[in-house]
Amino acid sequence: MSESTLNLTLKIWRQKNATDAGAFVTYKLDGVSTDSSFLEMLDLLNLQLIEQGEVPVAFDHDCREGICGACSMVINGRPHGPERGTTCQLHMRAFRNGDTIVIEPWRAKSFPVIKDLVVNRSSFDRIISAGGFVSVNTGAAQDANCIPVPKPDADEAFDAAACIGCGACVAACKNASAMLFVAAKVSHLAMLPQGRVEREARVLKMVAQMDEEGFGACSNTGACSAECPKNIGLQHIARLNREYQRASLLTGK
Amino acid sequence: MLSSSLGRKVVMALTGLFLVMFLLVHLSGNLLLFKEDGGAAFNAYAHFMSTSPIIRVLEIGLFAGIIFHFLEGVSLLRKNQQARPTRYAVKSPSSATWASRSMGLLGGTITIFLVIHLADFFYKSKFATPEPGVISVIDAEGTRDLYAVVREAFAVGWYSAVYVACMVGLALHLFHGFQSAFQTLGLSHRGYALLVRRIGLLYAIVVPLGFASMPVYFFLKSLN
Amino acid sequence: MASSTRETGPFDARIPEAPLGEMWTTYKSTCKLVSPANKRNLDVIVIGTGLAGASAAATLGELGYNVKTFCFQDSPRRAHSIAAQGGINAAKNYQNDGDSVYRLFYETIKGGDYRAREANVHRLAEVSTSIIDQCVAQGVPFAREYGGMLDNRSFGGTQVQRTFYARGQTGQQLLLGAYSALSRQVASGRVTQYSRHELLDIVIVDGKARGIIARDLVSGAIERHSAHAVVLCSGGYGNVFFLSTNAMGSNVTAIWKAHKRGAWFGNPCFTQIHPTCIPVHGEHQSKLTLMSESLRNDGRIWVPKAKGDKRKPRDIPEAERDYYLERRYPAFGNLVPRDVASRAAKERCDAGYGVGSTAMAVYLDFADAIKRLGQADISAKYGNLFEMYEKISGENPYKTPMQIYPAIHYTMGGLWVSYELQTTVRGLFAAGEANFSDHGANRLGASALMQGLADGYFVLPYTLGNYLADDIRTGKIDTNLPEFAEAERAATERISQVMGIDGPTPVDKFHRELGKVMWDQCGMARNSAGLDKAISDIRGIREEFWKKARIPGDANELNVELEKALRIADFMELAELMCIDARHREESCGGHFREEFQTEEGEALRNDADFSYVAAWQYGGPDEKPVLHKEPLTFNNIKVQARSYK
Repeated sequence: MSESTLNLTLKIWRQKNATDAGAFVTYKLDGVSTDSSFLEMLDLLNLQLIEQGEVPVAFDHDCREGICGACSMVINGRPHGPERGTTCQLHMRAFRNGDTIVIEPWRAKSFPVIKDLVVNRSSFDRIISAGGFVSVNTGAAQDANCIPVPKPDADEAFDAAACIGCGACVAACKNASAMLFVAAKVSHLAMLPQGRVEREARVLKMVAQMDEEGFGACSNTGACSAECPKNIGLQHIARLNREYQRASLLTGK
Repeated sequence: MLSSSLGRKVVMALTGLFLVMFLLVHLSGNLLLFKEDGGAAFNAYAHFMSTSPIIRVLEIGLFAGIIFHFLEGVSLLRKNQQARPTRYAVKSPSSATWASRSMGLLGGTITIFLVIHLADFFYKSKFATPEPGVISVIDAEGTRDLYAVVREAFAVGWYSAVYVACMVGLALHLFHGFQSAFQTLGLSHRGYALLVRRIGLLYAIVVPLGFASMPVYFFLKSLN
Repeated sequence: MASSTRETGPFDARIPEAPLGEMWTTYKSTCKLVSPANKRNLDVIVIGTGLAGASAAATLGELGYNVKTFCFQDSPRRAHSIAAQGGINAAKNYQNDGDSVYRLFYETIKGGDYRAREANVHRLAEVSTSIIDQCVAQGVPFAREYGGMLDNRSFGGTQVQRTFYARGQTGQQLLLGAYSALSRQVASGRVTQYSRHELLDIVIVDGKARGIIARDLVSGAIERHSAHAVVLCSGGYGNVFFLSTNAMGSNVTAIWKAHKRGAWFGNPCFTQIHPTCIPVHGEHQSKLTLMSESLRNDGRIWVPKAKGDKRKPRDIPEAERDYYLERRYPAFGNLVPRDVASRAAKERCDAGYGVGSTAMAVYLDFADAIKRLGQADISAKYGNLFEMYEKISGENPYKTPMQIYPAIHYTMGGLWVSYELQTTVRGLFAAGEANFSDHGANRLGASALMQGLADGYFVLPYTLGNYLADDIRTGKIDTNLPEFAEAERAATERISQVMGIDGPTPVDKFHRELGKVMWDQCGMARNSAGLDKAISDIRGIREEFWKKARIPGDANELNVELEKALRIADFMELAELMCIDARHREESCGGHFREEFQTEEGEALRNDADFSYVAAWQYGGPDEKPVLHKEPLTFNNIKVQARSYK
């Protein structure tokens, strides 16, 4: 924890609201501790902006522990910045004194900008609503150990379920495709016996919703997985494809 | 199924793999060009290919494959571009390969190549009226001297260079397309994903190299 | 509550007349029901979409009520329950190690230092087993053994293995389970979800909660929503300390507005300090990061035996290390409850044995565990936590011990609720961390997730039905009622008041100052003089705030500073109540440690004769003293003892 400070030039996307055209604004920020997180650096900038009577930069963030998935900014062209993990877990020791840092919002038709770096990701909620669940009413469950799940399956399901829904996969994909997000949920439930009852309907509905939201198609570039803060692997996309083809053939849809 | 983004990708993958298989057949036949018999074997092979009814049927399938692959590709490209109306100001060196991000561009290159290629060889071998400067007939069965056409064409330096360049494009297209098709078909698994990638890499090197060696061979030959 | 002194008004805890083990069954068998046809005509508002809110809304939707849910985040999936790491308790006894409903009940009461209501806690222990069943059926990927059965681990304050977990992301997985159930109801049309919305006030009509005033955080529009009942699942108020492990947006506004509208506040001073957090590093720090207490299963906590020892931890030989928890509490060792572990760390640091650059940290060392189990095993159990630690601190915990220090983590206090989770306002319910009910003066690890889901999945659906059964003839609540207009006017006025301050100072600065006062005077150790000073300091900060705050931008747009200002204004009022409560409780119990009341060895000294009650505070009005009401706690099924983990 050896601390030093940085002087930075920040180029940040400022956009008053959804209809505003938006533009980059350049700020100088001095004395940033290398121990502070990236978001704390923005806090510092905002404090100064407020003191100067300006409107601070709006950005989504909440838990600041790398798990809620709220933070969502493209830093120097990379979702969540130069390191693996969420923006809130990025620390300023990853930068050097004198660096210029360009900060943009997620860019996708299905993630319209609300203000500055804040985007609307409700399309993800609608995809989950389309089928990302097991239809079990409260109280209807049998004893938990009645459904043994092989440990490797449970582990694989967990790997997929670790998705935090941040949207970095969409932001990273050249097609703004949501395949990795959808794959994570489909794969998670397809790996477990609980999820198999509805597997056909689930994958068909979720994919239909994904398309309706206007996300691009998957080109299998792998950029999504490379930028995923939770290391969701491409094998889940393969499984999504399998599940989809299987469901289509079985149901004729 | 076929109207969804995943369904269209399946079409891309299936037609792509079909074309991959065709390339192998095409290459193995064309290797006859290297036989030092003045083109007799190659011309006989070409004659068979352009007259056999079975081949004619397969040919329709081949063209259908190319057209579907092309049309779906264009349609996906448009959908994908619409999905991100505003571009990023900073493009960072992506973790994804250049080939995988440029399949549209590579596909476009191959399309242009195909037009030239078909006009110069396929059309001449089958439809063009035999006349001097186009193609000649060498026997009573109507066998055309396609070998000579190839030899003359590749004797031109820039033409051969364009061919080689297009084969580099094809190599890159195959390099990503081969493994991508398996992923799209869900035929990817930690166990053999690496194997698929390796076969794909090998294929993407060997096949285009084989094709590229032909213009190089004839060009060098013309210098002697 | 003894039946002889039983209250009959809204302060009646409404505990069923039955033996402890049969209370919940009795309640469920005798409570009023609402027929499916009538449920369609009843509206319920749920504030917050964490474990309690999402599970309640999903279940109420399944039952057929019309539900509206609200969260300030951009998606219900981001509620801060998601950050819970370690696990969830349930008395399944899958490990055959002697667990039972009674034992979970007993340990929760004891862990809470005998300041929780027996009936509620027993119900919690009873339904704990159903929670695991429900979550597994939803597809929550709990850790499994090779035979395919569920795995368990142990947690602080217990001697059995009853904690179910999903790597270090149990809260996330449980929340995603509840969120998926909620999403299913959204798809079915039974639940309408309002994201990026914040509650501004509760609307009371004829003494009953009948709706809310909310602000659309994107457009700034003020909205009226009516319902037959309002359920607050808005979480805890740990952010009153500014630096805490809560999410940045976690706030007290919903329950504080409810308090000002007549809901009494239970035990506001009971806050939990979590022992294993990453220490504070600098003045611009925005929050503290917790690492699951499950780390204490394998990590050993120590400080150097010599004061101010500046050697690197690996250079300090075994004989010169003080494993102070193992030394002081041999029976539980590193797994003592959170309050005990936290205070012990503070005691060592205050005595000058602290480590790290600020000397306000202790070591959590995995060297022995790595030697015993291998690095792969440790990585499988705690990999994500180790990674997180390394990201934040820049040090590799596989090679050098972690530095940890306690931080504010959870608030046991909250709105006073009856056995039915109803506040003193009719039709206003509170569940999860927002209520005071189950954890007494200290919460055991892995119990918050249990309580949130118990309330939402299994308790509220019954108790809310019992209340709503009387409302089937009411018909839709009209949002044009004068009470809605009045509440909307009050909310709008508050906003213009805040926007009109026009001072020079960003609101965060007041929050930071408030937090420092609270941490210093109302944190891990409290005393009467400090609390008196805190009360006057808080008033000072409040005054400054209303004179000097600056909120740029407009009210009719996405305005983060306005959101913060409104929340901080409520925190500043709550802070005073917390200090008043801490000041009045002249004993040490659980997370509430009054320096005047301790044993010679420095252990907490409880006073059962005078303080075995729930302090329920009634709002007295602006700048008026709150009124204290006492709900006596009687223990008929458990022997009240001095808490010992030695």
